[in-house]
Amino acid sequence: MNIRQHITALVAAAMLLGCTSSAPGRGVYMLLDTSGTYTEHLNKAQSVVNYLLGNLTSGDSFAVARIDSGSFSEKDILMRATFDARPSVANDQKRSFKKTIDTFAGSARGASHTDITGGLLQAVEWLNEVGPGQKTVLIFSDMDEDLQKGQIRDFPLDLRGFHVVALNVTKLNKDNVDPRIYLDRLEHWKKRVEEGGGTWQVINDLERLDAIIQDT
Amino acid sequence: MPKAMMIWPGNPGLSIFVWAILAIVVMYAARIPAHQAIRGFTRVVAHTLRLAGHSLMDAQKRLALRNREVLLASGQELTERQIEQEFSRISTTIAKDLGTYPALHRKLSEQVASIDEDYRAATDSPPDPPAWTSAIGMTQQLVDKSGGDKTVGRVIEALHKGFMRAHAQAMGEYRKSSRTRHRLLSHMMPFWRRTASTLASVDKTVNGIVERSNHIDKLMEQYHEISKRSDRAERMLSTSAMTQFLISGLVLTIAVLGGFINFQLIALPMSEMVGASARLGSLKVSQVAALVIIMVEITMGLFLMESLRITRLFPVIGSMQDRNRRIMMWASLVILLVLASIESSLAYMRDLLAANNAALTQSLAGIAVQQPEFHWIPAVGQMTLGFILPFALTFVAVPMESFIHSLRVVGGNALEAALRLAVFACHLAGSLIHHLGSGLINTYDLAVFLPLKVEHLVLGVTASKTRRGKVPAA
Repeated sequence: MNIRQHITALVAAAMLLGCTSSAPGRGVYMLLDTSGTYTEHLNKAQSVVNYLLGNLTSGDSFAVARIDSGSFSEKDILMRATFDARPSVANDQKRSFKKTIDTFAGSARGASHTDITGGLLQAVEWLNEVGPGQKTVLIFSDMDEDLQKGQIRDFPLDLRGFHVVALNVTKLNKDNVDPRIYLDRLEHWKKRVEEGGGTWQVINDLERLDAIIQDT
Repeated sequence: MPKAMMIWPGNPGLSIFVWAILAIVVMYAARIPAHQAIRGFTRVVAHTLRLAGHSLMDAQKRLALRNREVLLASGQELTERQIEQEFSRISTTIAKDLGTYPALHRKLSEQVASIDEDYRAATDSPPDPPAWTSAIGMTQQLVDKSGGDKTVGRVIEALHKGFMRAHAQAMGEYRKSSRTRHRLLSHMMPFWRRTASTLASVDKTVNGIVERSNHIDKLMEQYHEISKRSDRAERMLSTSAMTQFLISGLVLTIAVLGGFINFQLIALPMSEMVGASARLGSLKVSQVAALVIIMVEITMGLFLMESLRITRLFPVIGSMQDRNRRIMMWASLVILLVLASIESSLAYMRDLLAANNAALTQSLAGIAVQQPEFHWIPAVGQMTLGFILPFALTFVAVPMESFIHSLRVVGGNALEAALRLAVFACHLAGSLIHHLGSGLINTYDLAVFLPLKVEHLVLGVTASKTRRGKVPAA
C-alpha cells in the first residue's frame, strides 16, 4: 500500500466517523404542583413519572421539579438526569430517580402560592442548557396561578421549539359554579404558550400518556 | 359559454350555432393541410416507434446470443469441474483402496494357501473296515465249528481277541485323526470369513469405481453436447439454472432470516459496548456494530469455504499454494471461532440486560420484582444459538455461489423477455398510431360533411355538364 492509498483510507475512515453523531435525544421537564390540596394528586404524578421512566431511553434527559410559591429556582428541581448511553447504567439512574420521587411524594407539603410561570421559565432554562432534540414541558397542575404579592410574571415567554402539556387539569369549586372560568384559564395558558412560539396540549385522561412522547 | 364569445348576448344557442358554422367553414378551408398534418404526424410517430422496435429487437437478439454464450460457457465450466471432481474422487479411491492391491493380493494368496494346506491336512483316510469285519466274523464261525475242541477254541478265541483289540486300536486312531481334521476345518473358518470380507471390500470399491465411471460417461456426453453448442444442451442448462436460482434463493432467504435472528441476539448487548445513543445515519451505532460482526462472520465463512475449495467465488484463493490455502483456512476458522465465542457471550449479556429491563419495568409498575423459575433455560438456549449461528451462516457461501451463477442466466433471460415485450409494445403502438391517423382524418371529414357534400354535388354537376358538352351533336 503506497502513501496515496494510506491517505485515501484515512480520509474514508474520517468521513465514516464524521457521519456518526450522538442523537440529540428527547428532553422532558415535569412540573408538579404542590400548592393547596393538589398534593393529594401526587400519586397520579408518580404514575406519570414511572411511565416516562419506562419510555425514555439512553441519551434522553428528564427532570422533575415542584411548583411552589417561587418556582424559578434550581432548588425546586427534585431530580434531573441525562440517561447514560449504556442501558444498564441508564436503568440504575432510573431506579435512583424513582426512589427520589417516591420519597418526595411521601413527604410533600402544600405550598401557600402557585408560581407556574416561574417553573415554566426554569424548565425552559434547563432544557435549553441540555439541548435535546425534542423539548417537552409537562405541567401537572390545575393551572390556577396564585402569585405572591410583588412577583412579576406577566411578560412574554420564549417557548420556540417547546411542547407544553398540561396534565390532570382538575376543576376547582369555582369552575363548577361557572365553567367559563375553567375554559378561560386554559385559553389564557394556550394563548400565552402559542404567543411564545410553543405548542399547547391538554391531557386530562392519564391513560393517553402515549401522546406525550414521540420516538425520535 | 364565456361572455366574450357570445355573439348575441342573451341567446347562447344562436351564438353557438354561428360559432359552429364558422368553425366548419374554417375547417373545410383548412381540410387538405389538416389532413397532411395529421397524416405526417402519425406517420412520423409510427415510423419512430417502428425504428425503436427494430432497434430493441436487435438488442434483444444480441442479448439472446450473449445469454446463450454465457449459459453454455458456465455449463461447460461446471461440467468440467464435475468431471475433474469425479476423476479426483476416483484417483482418491484408487490410491486409498486399490493402491494397496499388491499387499491385498499377497494377503489373499496367503489365506488361500493356508486354506489349501489345511484342506489337504483334513483329507479323510479311514481304515478298511470290511476286511476287519470279515476277519472278526470268520474267527467267530471257526469257534462255532471247532465243536468244543478246547485247544482250537482257545487259539481261535485268542485270535478273535487279538483282532478285536487291533480293531479297537484302529478305530481309536481313526477317531483321533477325525478330531484333528475337524479341528483343522474349524480353524479354516476365520480364514474363509476374512477372505470373504476382503473380497466384498474389493467388490464394493470396484463397483464404486464403475458407478463413478458411468457418471463420468454421462458428464462427458453432456460436455460433448455443450461443446457442440446444441439446442438440447441450452434447454437443459437453462432449466437447470432456473432450478438452481429458485432453490438457492429459498435457502438464501432462510439464511437471511437466520442472520436476522443473529442480529436480534447481539444488537441489544452491543449497545452496552458502543452506547445506545450514537447514530450512523438512521441506524444506531450498536445496530451497525452488530451488522458488521455478522457480515464479518459471513465473510470468514466465505473464505473458509473457498479455502476448502467447496466454492469458487474467489479464483485467487483457489489458485493459492496448498500451504497458503491451509494457513488461510485455519486463520478463517480461528477468527470464526473467536467471533462465535463473542456472540455467545453477547447472547448471555442480552439475557442479563433483558432481565434487568424486566425488573425495572416491574418496579416502575409497582409490581414486586420476581425472578422466573427456569431463567437459566433461555440463557443457555441463547448462548448456544449465539455460538452455532455463525457456523451455520458459514454455509451461506454454497447457495450464494449457486445464486450468483444462476442469477447471470436468469437475469439475462428476464431482460431478454422484457426487451421482447418492449418490441411488441413498440410495434403495437406504431400500428395503433398509424390507424389513429386514419381515424382522425375520417372524424375531421365527419365534422365538415356538409360542405363536402355540397362540394361533391357541385363537382358532380360540373362534371356532367362537361361530359354533356363533349358529347357530339347527333
